[in-house]
Amino acid sequence: MISERLFNTVLLIGFAVVPICAHLLDEPFTITLATRAAILALAAVGLNIALGLGGMVSLGHAVFFGLGGYAMGILAFHAQTLTPLSLGPLVLDGTTSMPVIWVVAVLVSSVAALVIGLLCLRTSGVYFIMITLAFGQMFYYFSVSWTAYGGEDGLSIYLRNGFPGLNTLVPLQFFGLCFAILCCVLLLNARLIRSPFGLALNAARQVPERVQTVGLNPMRLKLAAFVLSGAVTGLAGALFADLNRFVSPAMFSWQLSGEIMILVILGVVGRLCGPVAGAALFVALEHWLGGLTDFWLIWLGVILLLIVLFARGGLAGVLGARAVHHD
Amino acid sequence: MRRERGMSGILIIEQVLNGLQFGVMLFLMAAGLTLIFGVMGLINLAHGSLYMIGAFAAAWAVGATGSFVLALAAALGAAALVGALVEIVVIRRLYAADHLDQVLATFALILVFSEGTRWVFGSFPLYLDVPDALAGPVTLPGGIEYPLYRLTLIGAGLAVAVGLWALIERTRLGMQIRAGENDREMIAALGVDISRLYTLVFALGAALAGLAGALVGTIQSVQVGMGEPVLILAFVVIVIGGIGSVRGAFVGALLVGLTDTLGGVFLPELLGLFMAPSAAQHIGASLASMAIYILMSAVLIWRPTGLFGARA
Repeated sequence: MISERLFNTVLLIGFAVVPICAHLLDEPFTITLATRAAILALAAVGLNIALGLGGMVSLGHAVFFGLGGYAMGILAFHAQTLTPLSLGPLVLDGTTSMPVIWVVAVLVSSVAALVIGLLCLRTSGVYFIMITLAFGQMFYYFSVSWTAYGGEDGLSIYLRNGFPGLNTLVPLQFFGLCFAILCCVLLLNARLIRSPFGLALNAARQVPERVQTVGLNPMRLKLAAFVLSGAVTGLAGALFADLNRFVSPAMFSWQLSGEIMILVILGVVGRLCGPVAGAALFVALEHWLGGLTDFWLIWLGVILLLIVLFARGGLAGVLGARAVHHD
Repeated sequence: MRRERGMSGILIIEQVLNGLQFGVMLFLMAAGLTLIFGVMGLINLAHGSLYMIGAFAAAWAVGATGSFVLALAAALGAAALVGALVEIVVIRRLYAADHLDQVLATFALILVFSEGTRWVFGSFPLYLDVPDALAGPVTLPGGIEYPLYRLTLIGAGLAVAVGLWALIERTRLGMQIRAGENDREMIAALGVDISRLYTLVFALGAALAGLAGALVGTIQSVQVGMGEPVLILAFVVIVIGGIGSVRGAFVGALLVGLTDTLGGVFLPELLGLFMAPSAAQHIGASLASMAIYILMSAVLIWRPTGLFGARA
């Protein structure tokens, strides 16, 4: 009944209003939940570039989430312990500046996405799913066996990193920062979808042969989308690590890859704000069902099954189903 | 010097046997997965849950009866039964769906099975004991002492591989399975009850996974979440061997089993020839954890559809 634009507006306003109310009511935990939702939404928006727009079913996006997280963890660890970070001949100082960490997180996860994308895009379909899953597991085991940064136990950071002009330890300010990034990425994403690149990518997903016939390389389009997707998810990982002030191999786990995908599906694949709706719903379910029972994941599984079997299109699809056709 | 070389020779043979044992168990998982994909075109993430169900059923049956043979029967039966039920209730609706739906629905099944098992059995691991008749070491030709149980696993895995080959190549059901891989509309038109065939194949794959769970659960621990790491390794096996090919799954499983086991033991020693022992240990362990994925990448670059894969 409602148009996608209205759905997006209401959703984002609601997203911003809840933590402000929580701030006024002095309930910092709710603000933390909203921050968690915003960051997970950012990761899901990243995955949606590959999944929804590029049609690449990646079950390995935790790789980029984890790399972003460890970029934050390692840089902040070296700043915290006042030890230099030596990369062969290159010796760097650690940092506690969020913008620097974000740039590093985005760069590292882009390079990883480029390499993984080059390998995975040699295949398609089920092979692609299995290989992305396998690479995720590779990073997981690597992070477990690499003891310099905590190995299995992970790495704690005592102080949240700083952003010029803000006190990031105030929950509402950190939420605002994460939410602003989410909105920026959504705006860029909206422009991307309408850009020549986005249109070509859309076509490459649907009929790669025709795209090739008009002289574009579908492989290269998909690879570019995969790198963008990995970069956004990596940025989300850096923020997530800062939210928890902790990174561990769990950020690389296959469960996390699956959860990011669930966020996209709970919303709706391919739509701009679907992942945001999905992440909000996921965090609400996690909090609400998790408070009712220790085994809330059973119910998440049942809900997911029902959505896949009976309600294709997810939450945004159910609410915005009619209007989508008129867009 | 001679003596030392003899020791390392024994170590190598031991590790090769360990790798084989790991490989044939991976084959039990990968064979089911690859059959299910080959015949029904389905990617089943919940295959690891069936492995877990087999292990838990065995642990429960040993607790109730004390018999390892009954435990194996329980593992096979429980996994096949759950597999058939899941196929009829959920999986059947997914054959026509795209891979994304299959991934999501089977991921949802993992959540249900894992948390359901945690609910029933709790979070603490259970332990299955090696049966007395198979406990202890056995002396192999050349004076190598090796655990009898692990040797039995290798034998059991190879026996299942031969049995599966005979089933597929020599029986009526096998003929239908092979026909189903090639042209499912045609064999349906020829009067084969295709939905019964699908349920059978799924239950067969599930039983193999359950058997692997019970056999491996005896040398490791039986706990929630034990299936997924094995599932992902089985995916690596299938990618290397070629999706849909049981022969590919066998070769891939042995390759992955040997690479993982030998890499873990010998990479640190190999690096020790070039660098300080502590650094070699450190880097070697990290590299070894990546060895099978590097193997997979190499196969992908060389042959994107796997060693024995015909279709993409």
